[in-house]
Amino acid sequence: MAFEGLADRLQGTIKKITGKGKVSEQDVKEMTREVRLALLEADVNFKVVKDLIKRIKERAIGQDVLEGLNPGQQVIKVVKEELTDLMGGEQSKIAVANKPPTVIMMVGLQGAGKTTTTGKLANNLRKNYNRNPMLVAADVYRPAAINQLETLGKQLDMPVFSQGTDANPVDIAKQAIEQAKEDHRDYVIIDTAGRLHVDEGLMDELQQIKDTVNPDEIFLVVDAMTGQDAVNVAESFDDQLDISGVVLTKLDGDTRGGAALSIKAVTGKPIKFAGMGEKLDQLEAFHPDRMASRILGMGDVLSLIEKA
Amino acid sequence: SKTRDSFTSKVNDLVARYRKVDEEFFEDLEEVLISADVGVETVMTLIEELEMEVKRRNIQEPEAVKEVISEKLVDIYYDDDDESIETLNLNEDGLSVILTVGVNGVGKTTTIGKLAHRLKQEGKSVLLAAGDTFRAGAIDQLDVWGERTGIDVIKHNEGSDPAAVIYDGIQAAKSRDVDVLICDTAGRLQNKVNLMNELAKVKKVISREIDGAPHETLLVLDATTGQNALSQAKTFKDATDVSGIVLTKLDGTARGGIVLAIRHELDIPVKFVGLGEQVEDLQPFDAHQFVYGLFGDLIKNDSHE
Ligand SMILES: Nc1nc2c(ncn2[C@@H]2O[C@H](COP(=O)(O)OP(=O)(O)OP(=O)(O)O)[C@@H](O)[C@H]2O)c(=O)[nH]1
Ligand SMILES: Nc1nc2c(ncn2[C@@H]2O[C@H](COP(=O)(O)OP(=O)(O)OP(=O)(O)O)[C@@H](O)[C@H]2O)c(=O)[nH]1
Ligand SMILES: [Mg+2]
Ligand SMILES: [Mg+2]
Repeated sequence: MAFEGLADRLQGTIKKITGKGKVSEQDVKEMTREVRLALLEADVNFKVVKDLIKRIKERAIGQDVLEGLNPGQQVIKVVKEELTDLMGGEQSKIAVANKPPTVIMMVGLQGAGKTTTTGKLANNLRKNYNRNPMLVAADVYRPAAINQLETLGKQLDMPVFSQGTDANPVDIAKQAIEQAKEDHRDYVIIDTAGRLHVDEGLMDELQQIKDTVNPDEIFLVVDAMTGQDAVNVAESFDDQLDISGVVLTKLDGDTRGGAALSIKAVTGKPIKFAGMGEKLDQLEAFHPDRMASRILGMGDVLSLIEKA
Repeated sequence: SKTRDSFTSKVNDLVARYRKVDEEFFEDLEEVLISADVGVETVMTLIEELEMEVKRRNIQEPEAVKEVISEKLVDIYYDDDDESIETLNLNEDGLSVILTVGVNGVGKTTTIGKLAHRLKQEGKSVLLAAGDTFRAGAIDQLDVWGERTGIDVIKHNEGSDPAAVIYDGIQAAKSRDVDVLICDTAGRLQNKVNLMNELAKVKKVISREIDGAPHETLLVLDATTGQNALSQAKTFKDATDVSGIVLTKLDGTARGGIVLAIRHELDIPVKFVGLGEQVEDLQPFDAHQFVYGLFGDLIKNDSHE
């Protein structure tokens, strides 16, 4: 059965080596094989897995078995530490510009959750920081994208800047900033159209928007269910736009979410928020340590270590 | 067939890049398949079978292993069936209903627009039902597709009962005597029990109103999705008896290899692939071409020449 947790996976090997005083090379080899499969099944990129396994092997071989910890628990502990390290600390802060408005640009693949997250962020800024955001409809391609953002604006009772679908997204963004200044809005959140990271024309459009409005934050919105391709997507967007952070959406699902690890590993950029549902109040700070446990198979890993 | 031949020749190219069938060869093959999101278990089984087969037949030359690779991969996909599993199942003399389901943002509404266009081009009369009454702007979005394709859309207000819209869609389709009714539904994650029950109810309404309907229940999967697609397929199959898959966003760099595992483990075939956001960007699935596509990287990789 797929989606076994790491702890389940390690049961067999653990039994075999319980009672030994040192973790041998062969033990580590067997266990890292299981670690590798568990990470791959969680959608962590295979190259990232390779590096991780190398480090885990180095740390685990020859270690004395700690008092009270069996070799399996010890390996899990090392894996958990490596993962949490890789994922970094918690960082859910949003930039504040010296001179308002602070400009945030939302980018990502089609259907990742940009428009929804635009609404959620605005809601979050008003509720938690007492800010007055304006939303900008810069997606002129997707059918009814402007309608969608306007509907969210109505739900939030917040202004949405739009110029219809005939205007150019670069001009829309530029004029939105002017409007925000006039209306004393302190945050401007620009919703852009979904695009493929390999679409040169549309990636260039983002570059132009960036050059024109000088955003304080560029958030890459990524679907938590993304598989091995997450690294290519994150790397391309980051190379071309130098993103400032990531929002991982749809984490209310049952995906392990290994993409989180891959993205962090290739871009080094923090994952700042987690989308936890379709509603506008379902945005949370991203917790790297919880994510590490989730990738490894949720609570069972923690409980195994805690029991020790 | 033609596709099969050209597929084999592509595998030839691939294999020609290796001097011998050794551990490294299999490691590379494994990586290629994993990076294409083929299910981990499926890959492990496949590699094991390949290694055994290579031993059994005492194959040394990469040249000779090519037959085995292509056989095995396409075998995994077709099993005992043939290309006919990929065709859309429609009722030729009466109304056909197609229900579209899937998680959030995968491309359901867009696929409906493209599929409606395709069916219309084939000379069929089509009607759409706006069963996503939840997501902001979802009804407007389907409406735009209706305008683009010149096809009517049956709709209620945002927030109304989806089953009621679908019911109205069916009545309208019957009274207008159209050939195909395509029903949109709101995206939902498969672990949301209430929402899955709501979907099962929509399906029941369709079956109750028309014998043998829905004729197709299409699960839309995003090719960038990893292992979770298998869980999506399982749960949606349980709730709505999915009959086929549409694999979208294959115009990116993702390969969507998980559909091999889905077909293998759950017996659900892929019917169409989505290759863009325009009305023409929907193509019938071709397993041979697809399987070849999984090797794109290995073929481009020159390091073993
Ligand atoms: N369950 C869940 N659904 C989400 C979340 N975030 C977004 N969605 C849903 O995902 C779907 C796509 O969201 P959008 O906000 O339209 O995505 P987008 O990136 O703007 O899409 P495009 O503009 O077409 O590229 C919608 O059905 C949203 O309701 C989340 O955190 N959880
Ligand atoms: N590149 C590409 N984009 C696609 C394809 N199919 C759909 N999209 C885009 O993906 C995004 C989401 O598509 P939708 O049709 O709204 O997806 P959905 O499943 O109906 O979404 P919800 O109703 O919110 O769950 C849109 O921006 C589409 O234009 C495809 O084959 N290729
Ligand atoms: Mg959008
Ligand atoms: Mg939709």
